[in-house]
Amino acid sequence: MKHLISALVENEPGVLAHVAGMFAARGYNIDSLVVGRTEDPAVSRLTLVAKGEDAIIQQIRKQLDKLVHVLKVRDHADEDIVERDLMLISVQTPPGRRAEIVDLVELFRGKVVDIGARHMMIELTGPEKKIEAFINLCRPYGISSLARTGVIAMPRTPQPDGPTEEKSGTTNSD
Amino acid sequence: MNPDPTASIESSSSATLTGAQLFHRALLNQGVEVMFGYPGGAALPLFDVLHDSPIRFVLVRHEQGAAHMADGYARASGRPGVVLVTSGPGATNLVTGLATAHFDSVPVVAFTGQVKSHLIGNDAFQEADVTGITRPVTKHNALCRDASAVARMVNEAFFVATTGRPGPVLVDLPVDLMNQPVTPGPGHERPRLRGYKPRRHAHQGQIAKAAAAINAAERPVLYVGGGVIISGASELVRQLAERGNIPVTTTLLGLGAVDETSPLALRMLGMHGTAYANYAVQESDCLVAIGARFDDRVTGDVTKFAPKAAIIHIDIDPASISKSVNVDLPVVGDARDALEHMLPLIERRPRQAWFARIEQWKRQHPLKYGHGEAIKPQAVIEQLGRLTDHDALITTGVGQHQMWAAQFYGWRRPRQMITSGGLGTMGFGLPAAIGAQFACPGRLVVDIDGDSSFQMTMSELATAVACDLPVKVVLLNNNFQGMVRQWQQLFYDRRYSASRMVNPNFAALADAFGATGLRIDRPDQVGDGLNELLTTEGPAVLEVLVDAEENVYPMVPSGHGLDEMDLGSLA
Ligand SMILES: Cc1cc2nc3c(=O)[nH]c(=O)nc-3n(C[C@H](O)[C@H](O)[C@H](O)COP(=O)(O)OP(=O)(O)OC[C@H]3O[C@@H](n4cnc5c(N)ncnc54)[C@H](O)[C@@H]3O)c2cc1C
Ligand SMILES: Cc1ncc(C[n+]2csc(CCOP(=O)(O)OP(=O)(O)O)c2C)c(N)n1
Repeated sequence: MKHLISALVENEPGVLAHVAGMFAARGYNIDSLVVGRTEDPAVSRLTLVAKGEDAIIQQIRKQLDKLVHVLKVRDHADEDIVERDLMLISVQTPPGRRAEIVDLVELFRGKVVDIGARHMMIELTGPEKKIEAFINLCRPYGISSLARTGVIAMPRTPQPDGPTEEKSGTTNSD
Repeated sequence: MNPDPTASIESSSSATLTGAQLFHRALLNQGVEVMFGYPGGAALPLFDVLHDSPIRFVLVRHEQGAAHMADGYARASGRPGVVLVTSGPGATNLVTGLATAHFDSVPVVAFTGQVKSHLIGNDAFQEADVTGITRPVTKHNALCRDASAVARMVNEAFFVATTGRPGPVLVDLPVDLMNQPVTPGPGHERPRLRGYKPRRHAHQGQIAKAAAAINAAERPVLYVGGGVIISGASELVRQLAERGNIPVTTTLLGLGAVDETSPLALRMLGMHGTAYANYAVQESDCLVAIGARFDDRVTGDVTKFAPKAAIIHIDIDPASISKSVNVDLPVVGDARDALEHMLPLIERRPRQAWFARIEQWKRQHPLKYGHGEAIKPQAVIEQLGRLTDHDALITTGVGQHQMWAAQFYGWRRPRQMITSGGLGTMGFGLPAAIGAQFACPGRLVVDIDGDSSFQMTMSELATAVACDLPVKVVLLNNNFQGMVRQWQQLFYDRRYSASRMVNPNFAALADAFGATGLRIDRPDQVGDGLNELLTTEGPAVLEVLVDAEENVYPMVPSGHGLDEMDLGSLA
């Protein structure tokens, strides 16, 4: 099952190396990993998407939690969240089919951000599923390049990031 | 640069000091008495402040030795062991030692010199990405980027290394910052670790459930690991076992947590554990793991492990829970804290049928060995146990001799057995013995070693001689990497590929180092040989030529359940 996990980490040099190294060493499969600043300049938010059995996801969470620079970890699996991925995609525009593609962009509420003689660049945000649907629809025209930020997410009713996942807090299951 | 041997506990906020002086002050405030290491260019400012420091600096012969000494010091005393080495090769030589400590949860604090800050990343002379290289083998590490942060980083390192699940922490110190005079602000030495909150107190509800499950069990077993020794919970484990009338088995790293003369003791479990411990675990209906981590050397095939048992797991590290074996009832917290709360809830049960079965297994399958023309290594260890009243501090290398030490010494108290369990590092024995001797100057420290393991770090004999340390080595020489040979015999049709050793004359070698070398090769010499070793002053090595093709039994072959042991000569 796909899990979206977010963590608040100290915004210090080397933190990403600790996180990435831990994932590599333990062989966890990560679909995407995004790090960005938060409202607090000393804290960054890390969002990752991982697939795996519950036991593996549990381990990922706990191992992340163990890193000294990680402040809080939260698994959004059973939460009502807003998730967004941002994509830039450059699609080839065969003669006479540009309008078709522009329609598609509008349907998906994307934005054309650059137009050339034989291609156009489109910006699109949304949940992963929407992004992937758009990519599939673009394939027949030919995709010349594509970049995605990876998913960031937030629960719908903003809650403070604790106490559900306070550091090392949740392993006693009762 | 003036070192400051009289540095006081007070904060030094107003004074101007170099980074190295701040470092030194912080070490003194941490109560550091001894450090192990080796100098080099990038560490010279640090060595300069140590020149007339009250901290004793032990010069080793290889940085790996320094890490193992700090490790042995920590395991023997419970206090953190401290290492200081230079950049580049000095730091990379630490890796095996850090990994060894990390695997077995030992508090070691390592400081490495680093090239000048502005040269970092430029392939400067003797530069290595030390925080990068050691990240997976430390609990935490950090590179210093600001001289006024040195004291804080030292304090953080000690705090992280010694709390929660202990482990090694490394701090990389660029040489320019150590020479730089700074006037740090008030509170500069205070740790700032918002994300680090080790959990100590276990959940009361979980403790009560665990106690109820134990009380209701007909065939409970306590499975006690290194965490019990780390937490200082051995006495509470004894009380739990006696109060509830529950048999106890220990892991390799838990040896000594329970006095093996107790009728409740099942001794070690696992691949080379006793048959009765392994049978008891497989038959148990309630397995209580305390500070143990279900290592695959303990469980055998995990799908066949303790199939009839509800598993309770008391551990301070949430990530240890359900990592390899699914746990029914986790209790996350310090073992001592959890047991203190659990004890009053434990009720005595007779469990006569259970103990009758265990007695039968004990009678049917005791640990034993044969006798012959050649010296049996087990006999040497058994006799060493008797001659030392089972009270020596024992360190080991890795291999058959390590397993025989575990099986035959006869463990009585915690922190007595100092051995590399998780990483299984050959060469650990001698430097660990040196570290242990520094921690416990008045005690007898004996390294039970193998000929191959010993040769990996034997240059540290020079350290023992230079420091006039009375460490003793019982070198069980089978002229093989015995454990490898055993596997090749059993699983590779006796094809002894690269496992036969052509060895030096160990006794002469010990003499050449300035230690005392002794040698025996007949069974009737064992008692006298050991006595002579133990009464020799200063460092001494007794080479014992042993039966070359003796095997360790019982043995659980890989992929088998614990009850599918090869009893070999015990059958
Ligand atoms: C050649 C060879 C053969 C071996 N054969 C065997 C064998 O037959 N049997 C055997 O047992 N081992 C054997 N080992 C050792 C084995 O590899 C493991 O190192 C060992 O079993 C681990 O012991 P442990 O479970 O006690 O864990 P440790 O590594 O000691 O882990 C300690 C556990 O306690 C927890 N802990 C730490 N502090 C606390 C605290 N304050 N409170 C509560 N919990 C805490 C930690 O989180 C961790 O989970 C062998 C090793 C070698 C090299
Ligand atoms: C550094 C290192 N290299 C290789 C091994 C693999 N290994 C495990 S036991 C062993 C043989 C040890 O031989 P010896 O020290 O003579 O002890 P014995 O088994 O003969 O008692 C080897 C090579 C190891 N554990 N550590």
